Amino acid sequence: MPIVRAVTCPVCGSLCDDIELTIKNKRIVKVKNGCSMCESKFLGYSGHRLLKPLIRKSGTLVEVPFKEALVKAAEVLAEADYPLLYGWSSTSCEATRVGIELAEEIGGVIDNTSTVCHGPSVLGIQDVGIPSCTLGQIRHRADLVIYWGSNPWSAHPRHIERYTTLSEGKFERSEWRSYVTRTKAATTKKKVESALRQVSPKKKISVSSTPVERGPCPAILKAGRKLIVIDVRKTRTAEIADYFIQVEPNKDYELLQAFRALIRDQEIETDKVAGVPVEYLEEVSDAMIGCNFGVIFFGLGLTMSKGKLRNVDAALHLARDLNARTKFVIMPMRGHFNVSGADTVFLWQTGYPYAVDFSLGYPRYNPGETSAIDVLLRKESDAALVIASDPVSNFPRKAAEHLVNSPLIAIDPHMNTTSQMADIVFPSAFVGIEVSGTAYRMDHVPLPLKKVVEPPRGVLSDEEILRRLLLEVRKVKKRKQLRTEVK
Amino acid sequence: MEANSKFKVTLLTGRTIEQGVGKERGKASEDYFKSVTVCYVDPVDMKRLGIRGGTNVRVSTDNGSVILKALKSPRGPHTGVIFIPYGVWANAIVSTETDSVGMPSLKGIPAEIEPAPDKAVLGLSELLREQFGKR
Repeated sequence: MPIVRAVTCPVCGSLCDDIELTIKNKRIVKVKNGCSMCESKFLGYSGHRLLKPLIRKSGTLVEVPFKEALVKAAEVLAEADYPLLYGWSSTSCEATRVGIELAEEIGGVIDNTSTVCHGPSVLGIQDVGIPSCTLGQIRHRADLVIYWGSNPWSAHPRHIERYTTLSEGKFERSEWRSYVTRTKAATTKKKVESALRQVSPKKKISVSSTPVERGPCPAILKAGRKLIVIDVRKTRTAEIADYFIQVEPNKDYELLQAFRALIRDQEIETDKVAGVPVEYLEEVSDAMIGCNFGVIFFGLGLTMSKGKLRNVDAALHLARDLNARTKFVIMPMRGHFNVSGADTVFLWQTGYPYAVDFSLGYPRYNPGETSAIDVLLRKESDAALVIASDPVSNFPRKAAEHLVNSPLIAIDPHMNTTSQMADIVFPSAFVGIEVSGTAYRMDHVPLPLKKVVEPPRGVLSDEEILRRLLLEVRKVKKRKQLRTEVK
Repeated sequence: MEANSKFKVTLLTGRTIEQGVGKERGKASEDYFKSVTVCYVDPVDMKRLGIRGGTNVRVSTDNGSVILKALKSPRGPHTGVIFIPYGVWANAIVSTETDSVGMPSLKGIPAEIEPAPDKAVLGLSELLREQFGKR
């Protein structure tokens, strides 16, 4: 059976590029090196598949020839005054490039999924700047890793193993051994507690407590790589951390500013900040200053809670301040596999990374006004094209409502929630499985996505569908112009 | 402590590995449905609600309410905080407030939780019909 090596995984922003796929009878039958999400995608992508274009007729989606769906979609987009083109983060840079051309042609607003994930991070970075690097440098050099408002164990399952504390770097060793020892100790403790409970069921037996409850943890003073997790709840990532700080919801900003004060040797005249005793914060700030190469990976815990871009501002300022004492970098944990690529293509084509409005004939950018959620909440768009995304599922209901109530075109390999509610649906091939392309990893390193199997007969790539749609839109506009001239 | 009461909590939404695996199998898959129609509640709050893991609860915010299956949070303590994985069920009740920066508030939302053992968790099609009506 042929084995395809060095495949890039098209799931999350970590873009692991060491996947090995075994192909049998033109199907993927085995996945090596991948996480559970990677396996789930490569082995299960062909389920719930869309194979034919659909158009809603009398309330029901019915199969139609490709040409009919194409003409109908082009008419909808060409005739709309303010169409919204949304998605882009789970397709290739090549497809996004055509999408921007389409947005310019129809004078629409084009936005990618950054708008509901790291949009505030982009705004913060534009305000403050970002001291960053590639994940390779972190793998080889970082001796202090902080995940803030981020749970890579669930969202980027191989991030810790490939790029941070459990990876074997050139200058820093993997902490696998210490992790295994701690896990065994915790398991033994649980077994002992369970046995004691059976012996004396009425007596209250202490169960494992968080480091915050039991005070500063000696692990923070240990040699070698250290992992600190700061989050509003104890996640799976927090369980493997050397130190976990549980911040009260919506109080990340206070905690970040407290760290900034502490690393500048300022005193904090209170016992607790954001529910965390100041003495614990002092321990962590000492570890931050004492490291040789530190990194903060921040997630949606900062961008989606109170403060949003101001939380990110504070985190970026913290990293900047720390560079006066040691070497420190910071990076957002990008979610979709090519959301960084979508931002990058938007940026090089229009000058702006997301929420770009072409309605005046030139690109304008003003998140809060030109961003998808705001456009929908104000009920301004009069048609929408959604590609490689599922906003009906992922947007707050009131925003999704306007999306559903206007003519909606969906391009997706799956019958997802948005396809179910759409008026015109195009099936597309899976980027990174059935078509090749380019994607950007979260550290902005571009990687090739491979074609490993053929797409179903008649199913085109996102890029090809968009190219044909663009040509058809131009035809519709030309016909309209001719009709106007004749009159 | 009065059981079976309705009380205020802070709602967090986010990723779980089960939701991540489920979404890759397809939004119409059973795995996905099971992974996103749950609400993780701290054991102390469970007692306060007078329910066991697996009982349905109603979670309400200013934006609406939804029925979900309550599960005992495996990683407490986080009393007063509930967690719902990303999905159309969570997004039925999250805040639309973008604070003029484009980003809705999807974490740290004021909410209320109450037992709803007699109410059923709606399937995807039923929920879409309830929310958007026409289809």
